[in-house]
Amino acid sequence: MTTFLQSEFFHNYTRSSSAIIGSALMALFAFAVLAGPFLVAQNPYDIASLDLMDSYKPPVWLEGGDPRYWLGTDGQGRDVWASILYGARISVFIGLVAMIASCVIGTLLGLIAGFYGGIADSVIMRIADIQLSFPSILIALFLMSAVGTGVDKVLIALTAVGWVVYARTVRGSTLSEIEKEYVQAARVAGLPNHKIIRKHVLPNVLTPLIVIATIQVGTFVLIEASLSFLGVGVPITQPSLGLLIKNGFDVLFSGLWWTSVFPGVAIMMLVFGINLFGDFLRDELNPRLK
Amino acid sequence: MRDAAALSPLLDVRDLRTYFHTFAGTVRAVNGVSFEVGYGEVMGLVGESGGGKSVVGFSILGLIDSPGKIEGGKILLEGQDLVEAGEERLRTVRGREISMVFQDPMTSLNPLHTVGQQMDEVLRLHSDLGTDARHKACVDMLESVGISRAAERLKAYPHQFSGGMRQRVVIAIAMLASPKLIIADEPTTALDVTIQSQILKLMRTQIADKGASMILITHDLAVVSEMADHITVLYCGNVVERGRTRDLIENPAHPYTRGLIDSIPDTTERLDRLSQIPGSVPDIRNLPTGCNFRDRCPRAQALCAKDEPVLTPQHDGLLAACHFPLKAGERP
Repeated sequence: MTTFLQSEFFHNYTRSSSAIIGSALMALFAFAVLAGPFLVAQNPYDIASLDLMDSYKPPVWLEGGDPRYWLGTDGQGRDVWASILYGARISVFIGLVAMIASCVIGTLLGLIAGFYGGIADSVIMRIADIQLSFPSILIALFLMSAVGTGVDKVLIALTAVGWVVYARTVRGSTLSEIEKEYVQAARVAGLPNHKIIRKHVLPNVLTPLIVIATIQVGTFVLIEASLSFLGVGVPITQPSLGLLIKNGFDVLFSGLWWTSVFPGVAIMMLVFGINLFGDFLRDELNPRLK
Repeated sequence: MRDAAALSPLLDVRDLRTYFHTFAGTVRAVNGVSFEVGYGEVMGLVGESGGGKSVVGFSILGLIDSPGKIEGGKILLEGQDLVEAGEERLRTVRGREISMVFQDPMTSLNPLHTVGQQMDEVLRLHSDLGTDARHKACVDMLESVGISRAAERLKAYPHQFSGGMRQRVVIAIAMLASPKLIIADEPTTALDVTIQSQILKLMRTQIADKGASMILITHDLAVVSEMADHITVLYCGNVVERGRTRDLIENPAHPYTRGLIDSIPDTTERLDRLSQIPGSVPDIRNLPTGCNFRDRCPRAQALCAKDEPVLTPQHDGLLAACHFPLKAGERP
């Protein structure tokens, strides 16, 4: 630990305000996601705890605000603050799981394409090229309309979109990596291919993935929000931040803005924090920018 | 063993042909190369850049990647043909029976693993030793290549070593599984001159101690003349001359070998210009007819453009592929 505190990485971190703000926002959301249910009295999924008499209460600082609901309530009397905490759980969960799945699948395919070349390479990279020529939201929309909606379907759609960037990056690094003499040396030593890939190629292609993975969580949160907003994302029983915006959007112009705006601000802060930290990582981990 | 050695060499490469089928044409990188490496012997493989030296090394280990392919010939390791051997057999040959030392010690060790991990990897693959025994073997090996405090240094990463030390580590890794043959591909080219002779001496004592043989691939005749028992000179994928080191260096029969030797700067004589071989290596996809060397050869005649010379016995037991070879002591 002391070596980490003395490292150049940590030194630069303490001097980068964007890194500190970004990681603070990420820490805030991590805390909200983990501790959220314990911070609020109401469970917005539990119909028994909802009171229709409390519907469309404005935020507490406006006239008619209720001190129990400081960010106001929606049409069912759901506390907006509680909804945001519960919704962030779903948004962050989807972003993280889809990122991990994309990263694992994309890295694997990239390693295979780069290391073995030939037909495997052609097939994998052509699929990736086709994938990239469509807007990712379109592919997700298409998949969602084919397989239906639900958290698991959103994960499938996001992974189908997200693996490409890993595959391309890993393939490129693998191609340059297998030219290195220590990979030749490993082959000369009689190491089987899967061991060479695992021990000598994989660890050396991982660094750029850290940056992609970080930024991608933010991108996935946004795509999921878009899908939910378009009505093909998560079901109404598991409202993510995007679905909260959609639900509030119907009454946005009736002056009941808080049901939509506060979840929107939450998404913005989450993605902003992730991107700030991701930018810092990119600058730190790219040897060419040093 | 000695009796067997007298009968057949450790490695017998016969008429090896390794071609690369590229879009621009077939590159005959190795085009009918034959040589032998006896038990405990150092064989120097010499030639200019692009002469096919490294391809010979990789062919022996069966590590020629597409679009390259071994098109013909035999590589007999103790009588067993490696060209015909399957991938599984080759994997037990690599590292255990034949290992390799590369040119640049800066890049031939993985920066992300400790030296100990990289040594251990080889032993895990090629021995049945337990963890402690492997550790001890690694410590002993590092010490024997002249690295002090070996147990401690095993935990160090490659960047914590100097270039010369790293090459010692690379040699230690190559020797670890007690291979019968070590292929050293320009092992000292990337090192400081002061370190070069140390490393060469180390390699000599290592293979002498272990009774191993070595193929020393280099462009540096000064290095092979110190190290090798026999020398094979390659030019454009062909063997142009073969023989015992002393005879070949003192009285080469092939004008190309003569040219290589004369290109070594001589510190005892003060010359205005270094002598060099005129011209450059021809495009290997598009070789001239007859002798490949004739455009650069001071002795070339009409016959050289017509017929390709074959290896024929010369003075001092040398073999040279030349229509007009040099007599002993003769200058071109």
